[in-house]
Amino acid sequence: MHNLTVYLLISAALFLLGLLAIMTRKNAVSVLMGIELMLNSAGLNFVAFSRFSSGNLNGQVAALFIVIIAAAEAAVALAIFLNLYRLKATSDVDKADLLQG
Amino acid sequence: MFGLVTYILLAQLAAFAIVIFFGKRLPRGGDWVSLLAIWSSLAAALYLFATQMLANYDPHYFQGFTFDWLSWGDYRLTIGYAVDNMAIMMLVVVTLVSAVVFLFSVGYMKGDPKYSRFFAFLSLFAFSMLGVVLADNLLVIFVFWELVGLTSYLLIGFWHEKDSAADAGKKAFIVNRIGDAGMLIGILFVFTTLGTLNLHEISEGVAAGRLSGVMLTITGICLFCGAIGKSAQFPLHVWLPDAMEGPTPVSALIHAATMVAAGVYLTARLFVILTFDASLVIAYVGGFTALFAATIAVAQYDIKRVLAYSTLSQLGYMVMALGSGAYMAGFFHLVTHAMFKACLFLGSGSVIYAMHHALHHIHSDADPQDMRNMGGLKKHQPLTFWTFLIATVALSGVPLTSGFLSKDAILGGTLAFAMQHPKHWLLPVFGFSAAALTAFYMFRLIYLTFTGTFRPGKEAEAELHESPWVMTLPLVVLATLSIFIFYTLPNFNPASPRGGWFATLFPDPPRAYESTMVHSAGLEGHEAEASVHGRAGAEGGTAHALDEPAPPDIDRRAVETPIVHEEQSPETHEALHDVHHRAHSTAMLISIFAAGLGILIATMGYLWATLNPATWQRRLGVLYRGMFHKWWFDEIYGATAVKGTLLLSTILGWFDLYIVDGIVNGAAWLGRVFAFIEGWFDLYIVDGLVNLTAWFVGIWGRIVRLFQGGQLQRYILYTLVVIGIFIVLKVV
Repeated sequence: MHNLTVYLLISAALFLLGLLAIMTRKNAVSVLMGIELMLNSAGLNFVAFSRFSSGNLNGQVAALFIVIIAAAEAAVALAIFLNLYRLKATSDVDKADLLQG
Repeated sequence: MFGLVTYILLAQLAAFAIVIFFGKRLPRGGDWVSLLAIWSSLAAALYLFATQMLANYDPHYFQGFTFDWLSWGDYRLTIGYAVDNMAIMMLVVVTLVSAVVFLFSVGYMKGDPKYSRFFAFLSLFAFSMLGVVLADNLLVIFVFWELVGLTSYLLIGFWHEKDSAADAGKKAFIVNRIGDAGMLIGILFVFTTLGTLNLHEISEGVAAGRLSGVMLTITGICLFCGAIGKSAQFPLHVWLPDAMEGPTPVSALIHAATMVAAGVYLTARLFVILTFDASLVIAYVGGFTALFAATIAVAQYDIKRVLAYSTLSQLGYMVMALGSGAYMAGFFHLVTHAMFKACLFLGSGSVIYAMHHALHHIHSDADPQDMRNMGGLKKHQPLTFWTFLIATVALSGVPLTSGFLSKDAILGGTLAFAMQHPKHWLLPVFGFSAAALTAFYMFRLIYLTFTGTFRPGKEAEAELHESPWVMTLPLVVLATLSIFIFYTLPNFNPASPRGGWFATLFPDPPRAYESTMVHSAGLEGHEAEASVHGRAGAEGGTAHALDEPAPPDIDRRAVETPIVHEEQSPETHEALHDVHHRAHSTAMLISIFAAGLGILIATMGYLWATLNPATWQRRLGVLYRGMFHKWWFDEIYGATAVKGTLLLSTILGWFDLYIVDGIVNGAAWLGRVFAFIEGWFDLYIVDGLVNLTAWFVGIWGRIVRLFQGGQLQRYILYTLVVIGIFIVLKVV
């Protein structure tokens, strides 16, 4: 089994776990954690492809970007959750359905 | 020269402006402003007359003064004065009659609440009339012509509180308008064919043959239509008798002496361009009017109406004279008639003034103008009576008066015309019968008014007085001027105007058809004679003028056109001269006889009472009733023209109400129907489509809304499902 395939499988598993967390958890913080998982799986993909295919550092730079973006995203997302909590006194994402048609 | 003429013209306008605006604030209502203007103009006119016509007489005297009024392209429309012998003569006549009438008005209109305005209108009238006299251009003549009509209207309707006066003013204005329409058409004819309106250039154009034949005849008749209206010739005569509703001085000035003469003056001005046919029409219109109006005058009782119909008749004489080629005679009669007819009218004014006071005193509401209420006024108004008698004698054509000379010249001219053209024997018959009737009705008037006993009774009679000097002085002046002696100098001859200053100063000019026909080889017999007649008349007029340096016996234009004198053999000349001489002597005898007969019958009927007027009225039957009812002309016009106009108006009104308004309303209705259909379409089709779209969108929105739960997890599930489908599709 090729080494890359191992990394990709791990990444896919991480991604699915993250996706599952997003889809099933009601707590907003858990959803955020699922997103973090998915982001990191994508970062792992980048690093793996960078290591095994191109030979340059583009993929690893992208992984660094993802880490930074994930930090910023977490900050923004937590701010939104705080506001949601203030508005609805809950952190349940099902209750955040103000945009329902 | 031009200063004087301009002064004569503009003084009246200035007087009008001053009196109409400031009259009420001026002492005496400003009458002295008008009087001053007209009397000084009279002096100026007399000065012109003395210097230009007596001292330095020139038969072709002509002073034109023109300036551009409008110019476009090559064409220039000029206006200006044309001062020639005839214009100077008319200036004297108009200013003289106006001057005495203005003076008379001071007495007659005394105490009238609109005294001041009356003088303003009189001045405006004098201005307009002098404008007609002096204009050198048909357009300017037309403008002043209308101004004259306007002032006539204002003065006829001066006492507009009376319905009859207001109606008479309107009638005069409207009837005149009919004639003026014809005149305007004539002017347009002249302008389109000759390209000019200047009188002098028109006669030159006609002499050059640029307007000739039937067209010239039509033009002449159209222009004459204006004269028919203003000079009240048949069939537009109906306004003049009604115009007597105006104050008597107005009747004297406008409707007897000057304005009505404007038509004759215009015809005389156009004399040179009249064709033979046009002249015939003019002669017959005049002749018929002369007789026709005289028959009506015979049966009237209103003193002013008798005089009005007499005026119609005398104007008919003048027109007939011009039509039959007796130019000098027609114009001569205009001048003499102006004097004695103004005198008669002012005399009747004096009578009415006295009657009015007398009847007012006994609180009678009898008509002060009805001769049946008069009688015996001779005792109380001797000066009025004697001046009236002199004027009556002059009007009747009794020898030793001016009227005899001028009427005799007309009758002689007409008779000579008929002797050359035996087909037209009716013309002198008109003339002579009218002469007999004139003498009859005038003496009937005298007898009814001045002789016998005063009919309203003793009490009123005590109140009859002679009028004040401002009213009698004009009578004396005018009566004096009606005596023959003023018209026969320097060659004293009580029987004939030939040799008198007037005939010497106004020789008959040749007419267009007389000078142009020389060019055509095939001369028609009667026209050739007419040509020779025209010139022979001119010669006849001057032959007697012994102490005058014989003026050229043929018009200058006739000399310029290649008239070959040899054509006119001494024999024919002698023969024609003879015809004229014979015609003249015959006419004189017949007219004296006719006048004598008229006077005799009137005397028998109304003074000696040997004939009973009432019996004769019965015997004449329908003839008398016709005369009394003015031949029913007012009724005929009422039934045809007036009713016709009303009917036409009704039809047009109906047309307007139902057809025009119907179309408009129909259009509106159609608009409503369309609007309704369109509204329905808009409401159901357009809005329906819009609503359908909205509904469609709404349905879809409702469907799509089901997916918009607002829950992230569900969105992600949808995404997963779609990705799953894609993956499945990819794999399969």
